[in-house]
Amino acid sequence: MTVRERLRQNISAAFYRHGLLCASYPVPIILFTSASILTCCYPLLKLPLPGTGPVEFTTGVRDYSTPSHESQGDLSERPDWYRGPPVAYIQQVLVKAAVSPWDNSLVPVDVFRSPLGRVFSVLEEIRNHVYTDRSLEALCLQVTDLLPGLRRMQAVLPEHGCLLVSPGNYWQNRRDLFDADPDLLKTVHQHEPKGLHTSATLKDLLFGVPGKQTGVNLYSKKRVVTYTITIALSSYDARFVASLRARLKQLHPSANCTLREDHMVHVHFKEEIGIAELIPLVTTYIILFAYIYFSTRKIDMVKSKWGLALAAVVTVLSSLLMSVGLCTLFGLTPTLNGGEIFPYLVVVIGLENVLVLTKSVVSTPVDLEVKLRIAQGLSNESWSIMKNMATELCIILIGYFTFVPAIQEFCLFAVVGLVSDFFLQMFFFTTVLSIDIRRMELADLNRRLPAEAGMPPPKPGPLRPRETPPPPRPSPHTITLQAPAFRNLRLPKRLRVVYFLARTRLAQRIIMVGTVIWIGILVYTDPAGLRTFLAAQVSEQSPLGEAGLPPHLGVAPVFPGGDPTSTLSGLPAPEPTPLPENQSQGHRAAHPEVAPVSSPQITWGPEDEELWRRLSFRHWPSLFSYYNITLAKRYISILPVIPVTLHLSPQEAIDTRHPQDTHHAPPPSIKTSDLQTDLTLYKVAALGLFAGVVLVLLLFCLYRVLCPRNYGQNGVPHGRRRRGDLPCDEYGYSPPISEISPLLLRGHSMDIECLASDGMLLASCCLVGHIRVWDAQTGDCLTVIPNNGLRRSSSSGCWEHRDGGGAVGGQDVDIFPIRRRTTPARPALFGDQPDLTPLIDTNFGLSPPSQALSSSGFDFGGLVEKAYQEHEPSPTLAFPPSPPPVLPPELPPQNNGDWDSSVWAMELRGNLIATGRSSGKLELWDAVEGSLRCSNEDGVSGITALAFLNNRIVAARLNGSLDFFTVEITKPLGLLQYRGPPGRGSLPPSPCYSSEDVISCQLTRSVQCAHQKPITVLKAAAGRVVTGSQDHTVRVYRLEDSCCLFTLQGHSGGITAIYIDQTMVLASGGQDGTICVWDVLTGSRVSHVYGHRGDVTSLVCTTSCIISSGLDDLICIWDRSTGIKLYSIQQEVGCGASLGVISESLLVTGGQGCVSFWDLNYGDLLQTVYLGQSSEGQSVRQLLVLDNAAIVCDFGSELSLVYVPSVLEKLD
Amino acid sequence: MSDSSLSGGAPMHRGPYISMITNRTMNLLIRAAMLFMVGVFLALVLNLLQVQRNVTLFPPDVISSIFSSAWWLPPCCGTAAALIGLLYPCMDRRLGEPHKLKREWSNVMRCVAVFVGINHASAKVDFVNNVQLSLTLAALSVGLWWTFDRSRSGFGLGVIIAILATLATQLLVYNGVFQYTSPDFLYIRSWLPCIFFAGVITVGNIGRQLALVNFYFQF
Repeated sequence: MTVRERLRQNISAAFYRHGLLCASYPVPIILFTSASILTCCYPLLKLPLPGTGPVEFTTGVRDYSTPSHESQGDLSERPDWYRGPPVAYIQQVLVKAAVSPWDNSLVPVDVFRSPLGRVFSVLEEIRNHVYTDRSLEALCLQVTDLLPGLRRMQAVLPEHGCLLVSPGNYWQNRRDLFDADPDLLKTVHQHEPKGLHTSATLKDLLFGVPGKQTGVNLYSKKRVVTYTITIALSSYDARFVASLRARLKQLHPSANCTLREDHMVHVHFKEEIGIAELIPLVTTYIILFAYIYFSTRKIDMVKSKWGLALAAVVTVLSSLLMSVGLCTLFGLTPTLNGGEIFPYLVVVIGLENVLVLTKSVVSTPVDLEVKLRIAQGLSNESWSIMKNMATELCIILIGYFTFVPAIQEFCLFAVVGLVSDFFLQMFFFTTVLSIDIRRMELADLNRRLPAEAGMPPPKPGPLRPRETPPPPRPSPHTITLQAPAFRNLRLPKRLRVVYFLARTRLAQRIIMVGTVIWIGILVYTDPAGLRTFLAAQVSEQSPLGEAGLPPHLGVAPVFPGGDPTSTLSGLPAPEPTPLPENQSQGHRAAHPEVAPVSSPQITWGPEDEELWRRLSFRHWPSLFSYYNITLAKRYISILPVIPVTLHLSPQEAIDTRHPQDTHHAPPPSIKTSDLQTDLTLYKVAALGLFAGVVLVLLLFCLYRVLCPRNYGQNGVPHGRRRRGDLPCDEYGYSPPISEISPLLLRGHSMDIECLASDGMLLASCCLVGHIRVWDAQTGDCLTVIPNNGLRRSSSSGCWEHRDGGGAVGGQDVDIFPIRRRTTPARPALFGDQPDLTPLIDTNFGLSPPSQALSSSGFDFGGLVEKAYQEHEPSPTLAFPPSPPPVLPPELPPQNNGDWDSSVWAMELRGNLIATGRSSGKLELWDAVEGSLRCSNEDGVSGITALAFLNNRIVAARLNGSLDFFTVEITKPLGLLQYRGPPGRGSLPPSPCYSSEDVISCQLTRSVQCAHQKPITVLKAAAGRVVTGSQDHTVRVYRLEDSCCLFTLQGHSGGITAIYIDQTMVLASGGQDGTICVWDVLTGSRVSHVYGHRGDVTSLVCTTSCIISSGLDDLICIWDRSTGIKLYSIQQEVGCGASLGVISESLLVTGGQGCVSFWDLNYGDLLQTVYLGQSSEGQSVRQLLVLDNAAIVCDFGSELSLVYVPSVLEKLD
Repeated sequence: MSDSSLSGGAPMHRGPYISMITNRTMNLLIRAAMLFMVGVFLALVLNLLQVQRNVTLFPPDVISSIFSSAWWLPPCCGTAAALIGLLYPCMDRRLGEPHKLKREWSNVMRCVAVFVGINHASAKVDFVNNVQLSLTLAALSVGLWWTFDRSRSGFGLGVIIAILATLATQLLVYNGVFQYTSPDFLYIRSWLPCIFFAGVITVGNIGRQLALVNFYFQF
């Protein structure tokens, strides 16, 4: 034993024990795992929440000094970004200007034209301010070119000089241009972007206050114009700034101004996430989700697929969180952008292990205990899991030695992530899996119990004559279809999703939780000054504020000092702080009489202190980004604002008027301004509507993704797989062969040709003519009727209850054909027969190949057979050049015509087997005792098809004639009392015969020329007999009086398949590949479709659809009412012939040594059951669905009995 | 499995989707179109990654900058992707050694993710020198091949196409169509062949998977 082997064993054993542990104590282990996840994630709380909102830090102005680059550990209250000099110091000069007193001779434009005009003088003052030979030019932030993409802003924004912006930039800071501008509003608004915008606009940048507060519009209520002059300083000179402040205050004093001036605010900006960076990120996330989707789709055969998929995703995600948490705990602060590397980490860690574990566990034998299943599944995969983990660790180790910091960090994370992922897989996922498996078994148990209780009690002994009647069938003409027991087991997937959503109100809850989280994050990071904004909103909307204002508007100047706004928003002002010593009294005296009159209009409140907070939080980044200066991960310092109050006389306003200003329309009514404010409301509403539509579309897309109506088109996962190339994944794992072990019924030495069943018994007949009767429940062989007809030999092993055979020998003589119409035997057996060729190539159940072949006991492939027949024109030469038939030597001579003819058709009802032979003889056998009860040799042409309904047998012959027989039972007198009176019509629908009965079979009617050509198909149901023939027609007969009701013409080829059921649905398929649906009551054609290239080989209907298979190996599913093809399933070559419908939504098809179960609603392959080890090359030729949800199929000389309930339970 | 029976004979009424899918030429066209779109999309996204390396902050009209680099680049990448994606399954068929390894969509997605990751690393991660960057990317590319392909034919085709593409890029740069910021391998970056190789492997993987899907509807 090598080291490797030993290691492998040890690992396997360890995993086995671990699996036992996990499955034994699921709840404690899950609790423990959750606790450890939470513990490991705890350090994450220290990390800042992701968000792009800026962060603020306030310091005093007086003792300000530029922070050093080195981090100072002692100052804990200092944020760690507060290092080094800021990008710029922002000094804002807040100007409030108003024309006062206002009189009615002024036009609306006067509200802002002259106040705006004063900006040039203030600008001049600022530019020319010098303090001890320091000028603004030396201190301000020098900017160069604008970015190349901003050509249209070149005229407005400064270039190659100080970054100094003001509304004057609209007119290149030139007074003459301003004066010559006929329409100021147009100039201001021509740069505004159209439509909705979220980031800072040019108007915001230049005015420096939110657009609403500027007062630059025609309908302003307050008639106060507010704007700022923004100066960006590269270095901070306290004395220069102080002198500038003093100078401006001195020039334009602000009465009752109480703005605080002692705080400067440092604003740190997070990294910007632009659209350009978002696109690759979004792409990787899309790929990630596709990966997760395609991976979890592979989870199969568990109780709750979605639950396990969720558990898998939770495993991966929490392992990543754990790794980040652990790394943070040990001081490895993540410098990488977590959102970017996250998808790659998920891809590296992968979901593979989880899927492999699931597959391995569900492929363990179902009958084991759950604990053992988990343990076995784990230990099966232990070696590959360990190997993969070692490989991944090796790769990561190699990556670690690249010594690239980013890669090293990634590797470190990946290692921790891998280890924690392994831990979670082993503890969390395994336990969840064990719980799931246990739930599934419980569900199985619950479902099986009532199913078994509902079934008839089993027969006491297999050889007792059958007392229990077969399950009652509905009367022939009722249209109601008996509901299949498992129809409701599986709702369509989308319905289940909808039900689930409706039941749990998941969508609402998710939206609610999401909203709460979003608001929480918003408040936490406070990106746009939300708190101040809210506070402002509250103060504005207080009932005393804005609401009382409009009535006073027109008369506001009449009440000096009595305006409610001043008493509310501005405190009763104390005396302004005494001005510095060099105040110029002259300027102050210029407006002594104006100021008191208009003072109510210009107020300074605390909200003006930091007016920049009400700007968009992208205001500063976008201003700097125009000059290719990024603020990401850097900060700016905002100095306290300098207030400037300007009062203008009406005369001044009139003087600065442009000639065109008076042409403006008079101020419209309040209504329009209301309309304007309402417009934003409409915008918001439109945005909400748009978002709603997008949400609906998104949900729709999600729905399409989650519930693809693929109908088997993307056939890779669903495709039929051969046994030979079972897909193996990289772990060498192949899916389980089958969950269902089919029951093999062996005994025939030759290929089975005919198969008949009534639900309880199963009769099969092979090429040499042996008939075997099986118990359809247990698979026991009950009777063997050997080829030599009248004698019966005991079979090898399954006859233990058989009573002596001597009596039966005598019985054989007893029940010799009673009414035997002796017709002169024809010299040639097949003289009157039309050509056999078209008959032979059809491989449907009841018309086996030619007698010659079957009696020779030679297994010819269909191709050889066909070619041979076509080559030889004479049917008498159809005997193959094969060794003579191996005949038992002890054949009694009186049975000629019986033993040398093969069985072509067989039917089973009650305990009577009707066989039609190639010699034209009809025989009735007792299925249980194996004795010949009656035979009829009225016809000489071979019986190609039989139908056995009630007490009638319909035989279709090769020459196109149709014979109706009646089975009459003459009972011994003693038995009459419970059998009822003997008679044709009074027999119970499912006759049961005791061995004492004398059974006779009478030819009641023979339709000589039912068809011009051989009858290929014969089906009987609902009191009708339907025949299909080579002559392209379908005929419908009434069973009672053998009267031909309709001759249905519509096919352009021989009929190859017919379906009729209790609901009088008749469908026929022909050699031309067409399928016709007929109305049996009227004989009209309901629909007619071209389905296949080549013959239609079989047809089945459900209540909603028609399923057809053809020689082109295609299975087509049609809508029954409209005749539209729903979808088709491509089969492999040569296996698309046999079909069966188990329930409304479960289709079973035969294949090469296997049967496949399909979901009819979607065309998904549910499961493929391989029938046996030796059945590799044999394809399933016939498939019979029994009432007890078993299917019987024959392949070669073996029968296979597959019980389906387990499949049905695995479905959901 | 005959095309003749499809073209001649009685009119075959099938569902429109099926009949479209079953047509072989149509099938080929659909695959080519899908591969083309994948190529265009990857080219746009990865080009954006490369552009980001030089520019940290974008002007507001950033959408136009996605397309500003060169209009012919995405169509070229798309065409190349379509050709390669069709070539791989075709070559598999010719050589008679079908690609067996892990033929599932989840793996294809994983492959694409790793490819984008390689590009991401080449654009975002700061390496000490170019040799280290190129070696790392080469190792990653070969690792990609080993994880998702493992076929000799795939490797050979990948190498050949990578060499050809590198040559073509050299010629383009030589003629001044565009240029790289810091060329270290004649006129181009030395990691370019690795990216080409990884891209060929990825697109080949997608092409094979697409061929597998549509294989079931061929006649």
